[in-house]
Amino acid sequence: MTPPDTLKFSSQCQATNNFVVRFANTNGTGSASANNMFAKAILRMGIPVSAKNIFPSNIQGMPTWYEVRISEDNFLARRGGNSEIVVAMNAQSLKEDICSVACGGFLLYDSSRALTEDDIRADIQYLPIPISIICQKEYKDPRQRQLFKNVVYIGALAALLNIEFDVLKSLVADQFKGKDKLITPNIYALELGYQYANQHFTCPLSIKVERRDLINNRIMVDGNTATGLGAVYGGATVVGWYPITPSTSVIEKFSSYCDRLRIDPATGKKNYALVQAEDELAAIGIAIGAGWNGARAFTATSGPGISLMSEFLGLAYFAEIPVVLVNVQRAGPSTGMPTRTQQSDIIACAYASHGDTKHVLLFPQDPTECFEFSALAFDLADQLQTPIIIMSDLDLGMNDHLTEEFSWDDNKSYNLGKVLTAQQLDDIENYGRYKDSDGDGICYRTLPGTHPEKGAFFTRGTSRNEYAGYTEKSSDYVHNMERLLKKFDTASQIVPVPEINQGHKLAQIGLIYFGTSAHAIAETKTQLKDHGLAADTLRIRAFPFNDAVSEFINNHQLLFVIEQNRDGQMRSLLINEQEISPEKLSSIANCDGLPMTSTFIVQGVLDKLSGDYSAKQVS
Amino acid sequence: MSFIKSKFHHPRIPTNDLGLNYRDYEGSLSTLCAGCGHDAITSAVVQACFELSVPPHQVAKMSGIGCSSKSPNYFLNKAHGFNSVHGRMPSVATGANMANRDLIYLGMSGDGDSASIGLGQFSHVVRRQLNMLYMVANNGVYGLTKGQLAATADKGVTNKAGELSLFTDIDLCIMALQLGATFVARSFSGDKKQLVPLIKAAISHQGFAYIDIISPCVTFNNHKDSTRSYDYVHEHITTAAIADFVPMKKEITSDCASGEGEDICLHDGSLMRIRKIQDDYQTTDPMQAIVDIAKYKKKGEILTGLFYLDPTATHYHEINNTCDMPLNQLTQDALCPGSRVLTGINNSFR
Ligand SMILES: Cc1ncc(C[n+]2csc(CCOP(=O)(O)OP(=O)(O)O)c2C)c(N)n1
Ligand code: SF4
Ligand SMILES: [Mg+2]
Repeated sequence: MTPPDTLKFSSQCQATNNFVVRFANTNGTGSASANNMFAKAILRMGIPVSAKNIFPSNIQGMPTWYEVRISEDNFLARRGGNSEIVVAMNAQSLKEDICSVACGGFLLYDSSRALTEDDIRADIQYLPIPISIICQKEYKDPRQRQLFKNVVYIGALAALLNIEFDVLKSLVADQFKGKDKLITPNIYALELGYQYANQHFTCPLSIKVERRDLINNRIMVDGNTATGLGAVYGGATVVGWYPITPSTSVIEKFSSYCDRLRIDPATGKKNYALVQAEDELAAIGIAIGAGWNGARAFTATSGPGISLMSEFLGLAYFAEIPVVLVNVQRAGPSTGMPTRTQQSDIIACAYASHGDTKHVLLFPQDPTECFEFSALAFDLADQLQTPIIIMSDLDLGMNDHLTEEFSWDDNKSYNLGKVLTAQQLDDIENYGRYKDSDGDGICYRTLPGTHPEKGAFFTRGTSRNEYAGYTEKSSDYVHNMERLLKKFDTASQIVPVPEINQGHKLAQIGLIYFGTSAHAIAETKTQLKDHGLAADTLRIRAFPFNDAVSEFINNHQLLFVIEQNRDGQMRSLLINEQEISPEKLSSIANCDGLPMTSTFIVQGVLDKLSGDYSAKQVS
Repeated sequence: MSFIKSKFHHPRIPTNDLGLNYRDYEGSLSTLCAGCGHDAITSAVVQACFELSVPPHQVAKMSGIGCSSKSPNYFLNKAHGFNSVHGRMPSVATGANMANRDLIYLGMSGDGDSASIGLGQFSHVVRRQLNMLYMVANNGVYGLTKGQLAATADKGVTNKAGELSLFTDIDLCIMALQLGATFVARSFSGDKKQLVPLIKAAISHQGFAYIDIISPCVTFNNHKDSTRSYDYVHEHITTAAIADFVPMKKEITSDCASGEGEDICLHDGSLMRIRKIQDDYQTTDPMQAIVDIAKYKKKGEILTGLFYLDPTATHYHEINNTCDMPLNQLTQDALCPGSRVLTGINNSFR
């Protein structure tokens, strides 16, 4: 059945630099790199863009989506709702994909196979291109026929959406630098799509892009790349790891940057050791062993890996060993939705392991902060002699984000914390590993091999006195546990401070958020304004919380904690740690595994307000 | 806390090449049961390190959890030790070794620690060819939790509480041989003459060395039906060869006259001098060693001695091509690529 070529019931979507394109593909068909080229083309035209890959836990043959939001206003969170244009390349998900086109929007599809009658919606416009037939004719090799299908539709979109063809050409040239033979066939495939669209449709459509200059210094990169690179800059030398989505690429990127940047020029030898461990227990055990021995070490994991690392985290907390753990959170519990995003390990990480434990958590909001916090985490771990957990998430880690370029201050030197040299040991009368000589809860450590006579001690997870000797004396135990608490208080003064946005006159509403929910906040504020509401905001960047957090809470009447889990875990942590009465904090928690939208937040605020209103009327 | 030992030194107490005496290699006073085999291992380690003139602070003592894993507290007080978590010493030792390839890593574990909860980590540290000496005090039970059967207990034996061992035992020497350890031996805590040279050779060996040390638990596994009791072991132990360790610098003055033995040259030029008792004894074929261990076991005997040694062994850092300078000593200059490089990286994301 051929769809009508004009719209009957509805007017076409009209938009310039403000719409969403949704690609529906089959995973394992090479669509990712073509779709990425599309997003990058928008970027190179100077228009803010974000891209979300919504993929299955599968290697080949399952539906996968790629959502590109183009927004001159820099609203780069997932918008939610239907898309102005859907590129439907997967017969399996076609019905669903047709439904996901916004009223008045467009469906670009492979018309090599005809649509059925129920595939026809009267309120959208169909853009049929016989992509398979074109590729069948043009290419002999089956893999090429498959791969170039993706490139053909990108070419067609260029014509339809007014993307500069030269920009695409330069992207192809960059992508295949060093494999020059592939450049011409890729450009040819782009042209096939471009020509076809120009010949068969009125180009450009009523939704289109126009060159702008709105990117400034920003770059487009995923958080895991940034975290891996941050670890290189932070001086990490030892890594233990075990593969798990979505954390794997942190290690892969660290490894590939090390291949380039950490090879001793004189000998060709490696200035790092990367050990693929047998499981996550071993992965963190390796990092802890290295941290104990004075190397900067880390591991990265997700979901189940966090559960497995718990016993070791308790050891590192109690024995006071620096180590960095990158947690790229995914939807739990158990295997959960391994390829969906969440912020649901807050409690599990803040209090990981049995006994009284508390861990330092960092909450990056974008790849720039992934880079900064990753490097910073090694300083904090060394300063505080404790695990530092970077709380990223799948959306941040695996999707490309438009983010401020990375920067590094060459004059800043690593802070290696309180580690005694042989000379310093000579000058100390009576060294005790767990003596709090500075009153900040942080004691002086020594590294194996430092001094032939002095400073050696036995590191253990059992209770010990100030001289690292085993003890079951209650007073020694309590003294040590309280010192650890004092150290945690010191931590609250050196971890990144919250980012607060409030005017001279405080708004009634306060929004507390962290991590990737940040992307939806500017848009949320704009939408609240449309409802006549103003809000101040506070972005948590670390745990332990800074005093400013309590102050912000005390200064506002109506507070919302925005997060991506079911149970409002950050809210619980605030209530527990800052002694805030529960009714003060309302929860806006989304746990569907997709990145946070402003619509969800605004709805949460409105629901609360109308709830409060009707409650008042009743009483 | 372990007790402080008397510092009294006999004026004529012998010293080694570093001018240190035996007591410089001791640790805190043991809190294990009197007669525990583990204490004999401790004293063998002290003697071996003393005789080898190992600088004590250049040793890192790594252990898991158990009576055996406490032992490092009782030797080499001048060395750092790390009593980690149950069954996970291998990963912690791996990380420590990655951070500083120059130290000597002495791992001390139990059969519960290594053959049950830590079997996975044990296997992988062998595979990984970590340069370390890994010792297991094999007593057939979990001492610290009061005598439950370990996975090394022979099938059919009962523990002190009368519980029968129903399943096939795990032999960590066989596993180590199968997984590519380059130095594998079994000994008995009560046979210092055999144990000390093995420890010395294992320390000199540059690669993964495993020594399984039968170490009776006097409190929970020294009864009549036990196959790890002092009596049983004394009666059933057998060795196919006697090995002497001849340090590089010493003239060869060991008991065995030259010509009688076969020498294996270790990495540092020291020799392992082997005097065969059984004609078919060899140290070059790990698969044959497995067969031999099983053959003696079938006869109800415990075969001890050096089972396998590859004098050309390599280890993780050589395979990884890690730089010679210990990673924990690299400075920011060597580690941080700096802002100029970052500009180029930023440009790759535009
Ligand atoms: C995770 C965990 N589970 C259980 C224990 C309790 N535990 C302590 S030592 C031990 C067994 C030790 O046996 P082994 O390694 O053979 O040492 P031995 O005491 O016999 O020398 C057990 C089960 C523990 N410490 N940690
Ligand atoms: S319980 Fe057994 S293993 Fe533990 S110290 Fe006593 S004798 Fe040794
Ligand atoms: Mg045991």
